[in-house]
Amino acid sequence: MSDHEPSDRSGNAVESSKSDESDDSGDFGGFGGRYVPEVMEEPLDQLTEAFETIVQTPEFHAEFREILEQYAGRPTPLYYAANLSEEYGADIFLKREDLLHGGAHKMNNAVGQALLAKKAGKERLIAETGAGQHGTATAMVGALFDLDTEIYMGKKDANRQRMNVFRMRLMGAEVNEVTRGGKGLADAVDAALEDFAHNVEDTHYLVGSAVGPDPFPWMVREFQSVIGEEARKQIREQTGSLPDAAVACVGGGSNAIGLFHAFRDDDVAFYGGEGGGEGADSKRHAAPLTKGRDDVIHGMRTRVIDDDVEVHSVSAGLDYPGVGPEHAMFRAIGRCEYRGITDDEALEAFRTLSETEGIIPALESSHGLALAKQLAEEGEHETIVVNLSGRGDKDMEQAAELFFLQSE
Amino acid sequence: MSRVPEAFEDGPAFIPYLAVGDPDYESSLEYVEALERGGADLIELGLPFSEPIAEGPTIQSAVVRSLEGGMTPTRFFEFVEELDVDVPLVCMTYYNLIYQYGDEPGPRPFVEKAAEVGIDGFVVPDLPAEEAGPLREACDEFDRDLVFIVAPTTRGERLERIMDQVSGYVYVQARLGVTGAQEDVSDQTGQSLDRLAQWDVPKAVGFGIKTGEHAANIVAGGADGIIVGSALVDIVAEGHENGDSAAEVADRLETKARELKDGALRGVEQRVPHPERQ
Ligand SMILES: Cc1ncc(COP(=O)(O)O)c(C=O)c1O
Repeated sequence: MSDHEPSDRSGNAVESSKSDESDDSGDFGGFGGRYVPEVMEEPLDQLTEAFETIVQTPEFHAEFREILEQYAGRPTPLYYAANLSEEYGADIFLKREDLLHGGAHKMNNAVGQALLAKKAGKERLIAETGAGQHGTATAMVGALFDLDTEIYMGKKDANRQRMNVFRMRLMGAEVNEVTRGGKGLADAVDAALEDFAHNVEDTHYLVGSAVGPDPFPWMVREFQSVIGEEARKQIREQTGSLPDAAVACVGGGSNAIGLFHAFRDDDVAFYGGEGGGEGADSKRHAAPLTKGRDDVIHGMRTRVIDDDVEVHSVSAGLDYPGVGPEHAMFRAIGRCEYRGITDDEALEAFRTLSETEGIIPALESSHGLALAKQLAEEGEHETIVVNLSGRGDKDMEQAAELFFLQSE
Repeated sequence: MSRVPEAFEDGPAFIPYLAVGDPDYESSLEYVEALERGGADLIELGLPFSEPIAEGPTIQSAVVRSLEGGMTPTRFFEFVEELDVDVPLVCMTYYNLIYQYGDEPGPRPFVEKAAEVGIDGFVVPDLPAEEAGPLREACDEFDRDLVFIVAPTTRGERLERIMDQVSGYVYVQARLGVTGAQEDVSDQTGQSLDRLAQWDVPKAVGFGIKTGEHAANIVAGGADGIIVGSALVDIVAEGHENGDSAAEVADRLETKARELKDGALRGVEQRVPHPERQ
């Protein structure tokens, strides 16, 4: 394990919780950093400063918690899934982020950043979205805080996640369907970064995952770490001890880091399920940690899939060629094991949870469930916490189509 | 040795930019050569990257045309080798392409290859000075220049870090936002030049320069050079849309280049002694 100081969970320890392994080229053991045009440096410096001064005050903290509780519905339950446990053969606890307002963990980060943007005097929010969950969360807080909101979404994703497009529009956000490149999440990030470079003065880029230039990865972690803080407390209350393993799906890595962070210095094994697509050895996947290289993308140094690989995952939220820099570090130091979960494995888990527990998970979260199944089969861990990062309503159209195709 | 300093030896430097391979490899060769005939003192050759976050719509479209035409770093180097121009050449691209080129990770193989084909320096808009150590080292090893962009908002520590790393010239961004031709060339330029007055590298101003008149004003205001991209890319785009021949488009580029170069030269005569800079 790493040689970190135990992180202070009072919310006052941003400086110390940035990695001890940091060096000049990045904040996370050589990963991360800020690879952006010079014009974006100043606003990012300002954001860093706002984050350090505003977010780290007890007032901000109190307001953030209040909104999370009263508006978003925290704390979310940690549910012992008895039927699934029996099916898989290990004790599986689900952190029910699917029950959060908006239907996914994305809301935690959206509330935190929007509150910060409001306090920093910004008038406009922009965001990228893949599955539409982050866009939806941003549209919600845009309405809540009365900020102009514009969402960039790849056309491919907008087509497979129509419901979320309608939800965003209903709440007053403008949804910009991005038609360049692969029309996916990476292209939406590009479009949002460009908008940000144009409009840095009045606009806050509400980054949806633990990715992008410094300070976004650690800011998003800060706002998402409530997941693990609750889960850690809940599992101790329920079982009297810590779990053997914590499992999450990894797109950009925000729900995973949100779960892991509180357990960082515990003897708890971490597992991240990436979008393995047609297999990490195929040419169609979204698993840069399992199969990729070190590179620079979207303002950060991190792991990126190889050039000859087409970024693909059955779940729009994992369909991303890079990953948050802290996960690149976790992989490098061996703190977390990452596996590419194939589309088929994820779909099977999607079905299993629906049938055994009456809970329809998001396709993204299904990758975490499928990984938990592997772990149960391997038999090394008895108690496993899985982050059920979102609910699957948004995926019903796609699932219906896929399952009908398969049963014909 | 980098030949970049030659560009600034006889008065203000006119520095045009084009995306290499826009709209196709062969035409692009003619276009770059036309810029030299029109009076370019140094040419910035854009190596297209799929995520050009510092560019406005004009150059983005150029990048798309070029990528669709099959441009890659390897093709780019072939292009530079084949190019028949004598002025210094600076490669403008994004760090991803530089970092991933060659067998070993890191910028060295790219710089080595670029030096071999005759590139004198680099501008990398998404590489801040803090992260530039490895590229700076490779540039030193192969005697190449590393140009940095200074924005109207660049001050204090960041300005100093850039000063430590920059060589060749400093690219003074005339206004906020992304690249693109604009009617107004902001007076933030004057303030930026004032902030850099003590630097001993030449100061070239870019972003939004479109006409000979703009060029003259910028040079009169104290710039050592002018950088023009979008106004030239517009000519390429228009020619492409109208189906004009490469020769016609090349002529237009040459004419535009001459207008800009003449403007820059006129600007020298219009220079008024700057009270603070004396
Ligand atoms: C439900 C859900 N889980 C997970 C993700 C993946 O993002 P991250 O890795 O940042 O948690 C998404 C992204 O859209 C999502 O909607």
